[in-house]
Amino acid sequence: MLRVNAIDLHYGAAQALRGVSLVAEPGKVTCVLGRNGVGKTSLLDALAGQQPVSRGSITLAGSDITRLNPSERARRGIAYVPQGREIFPLLTVEENLKTGFAPLKREDRSIPHDVFSLFPVLSGMLGRRGGDLSGGQQQQLAIGRALVMRPRLLLLDEPTEGIQPSIIKDIGRAIAYLRNLGQIAVVLVEQYLDFARELGDFFAVMDRGAIVYASSRESMDEAAVKRAMAI
Amino acid sequence: MSMDPRTTAALLYLDGVSVSFAGFRALNNLSFTVEPGEMRAIIGPNGAGKTTMMDVVTGKTKADAGEVYFDGSYDLSRLDETEIALLGIGRKFQKPTVFDMHTVEDNIALALKGDRRARKTLFWRDTGEERRRINDILDIIRLSQVRRRVAGLLSHGQKQWLEIGMLLAQEPKLLLVDEPVAGMTDAETQQTVRLLKEINRERTVVVVEHDMTFVRELGVKVTCLHEGCVLAEGTIDQVAQNQRVVEVYLGR
Repeated sequence: MLRVNAIDLHYGAAQALRGVSLVAEPGKVTCVLGRNGVGKTSLLDALAGQQPVSRGSITLAGSDITRLNPSERARRGIAYVPQGREIFPLLTVEENLKTGFAPLKREDRSIPHDVFSLFPVLSGMLGRRGGDLSGGQQQQLAIGRALVMRPRLLLLDEPTEGIQPSIIKDIGRAIAYLRNLGQIAVVLVEQYLDFARELGDFFAVMDRGAIVYASSRESMDEAAVKRAMAI
Repeated sequence: MSMDPRTTAALLYLDGVSVSFAGFRALNNLSFTVEPGEMRAIIGPNGAGKTTMMDVVTGKTKADAGEVYFDGSYDLSRLDETEIALLGIGRKFQKPTVFDMHTVEDNIALALKGDRRARKTLFWRDTGEERRRINDILDIIRLSQVRRRVAGLLSHGQKQWLEIGMLLAQEPKLLLVDEPVAGMTDAETQQTVRLLKEINRERTVVVVEHDMTFVRELGVKVTCLHEGCVLAEGTIDQVAQNQRVVEVYLGR
């Protein structure tokens, strides 16, 4: 569904991505692993349209989206849960969720029930300001907001970073549930290998802006992945 | 400026340094020293405290607790950013910040150490000494061939070297260099290894980097930070084999 074909990305003259290719399919989780500073977030920014690519192409469901702006990509079903969550601290939880309506047609503007079945804590906090939530709750809110968009492609940037273990489990369960629906392709960027290992169908490890190891779940060589991730 | 009697032989001395932002402990009892003439590589995952450590050393951030001494006798916690820069601590941020509209040699000339007060600047004269200094620096950073090119036209790697040259023009004793090879080509990365090694013959260098190929090539002592303190220290191989370091890099 998502096809990334040999993209390069530059910040000014500095090159952050070097010929990165990646595939994501509905009902599958594609994990992008690697140390900090190797280009994982730049890759997600390129997919969401937050950064222009300098070479290569990105297609979604067969159509070329390489030059589309972020809002147009959102309309086509790309939802991005960025690192640091970026919820709106002064809006309530409910208002935060409703910001996910932006790319939807009027008749589709409702909060799907599974947001609350996946993250029950949110239903009791609808009137609370986003900024007053704990880090873990904010992460759940950010994922919930992405689901409000009814995404076809869900981009998650280190959803476990700085989150307590019990909520990491909830987030893992949510990702597994979304995968099992079979409709959504998930790209999960992680540094937490054990978490990614449990959820991933495909694995790609990055170093210095390029993919240095790629495999399916079945053929994954865990020792090779660890070598590529460690120093 | 405090002139306490020299208490340590280290050029940079951090002892029990802590810094918190809104409840987040960016540095947590951080202690380490850098010897005169040393080159040290600092690594560590996101949030390890690498940038905050450099902020504390350069006076951008004040420590809540702990001691930061430079050259054995200067208490950096009592000095502001300008005073610290004048003491001889130079910092290179990750993004190149050269004057794009000026030539390479003018960028160096602007950075030369000297009296910058109005009268001196107004009646400034080109002296042979300054020209020699500029030539030396251009040789070191290997930009002599492009000295009359405007900096905006340089490659990313060349811009980074130019900024390192501008730092050298200040004649610092200690250079703090933040992720110099991020975004560089392989050839530029190799060239940066050579450049830093050459600079290190005369000056102490602390380099923060994520690129492990580069850190390996530097072949210097490595300090791995995690959650605001030192997790491991030693050669890159010693650090890489440290079980706790492995766990941290695998996100456990």
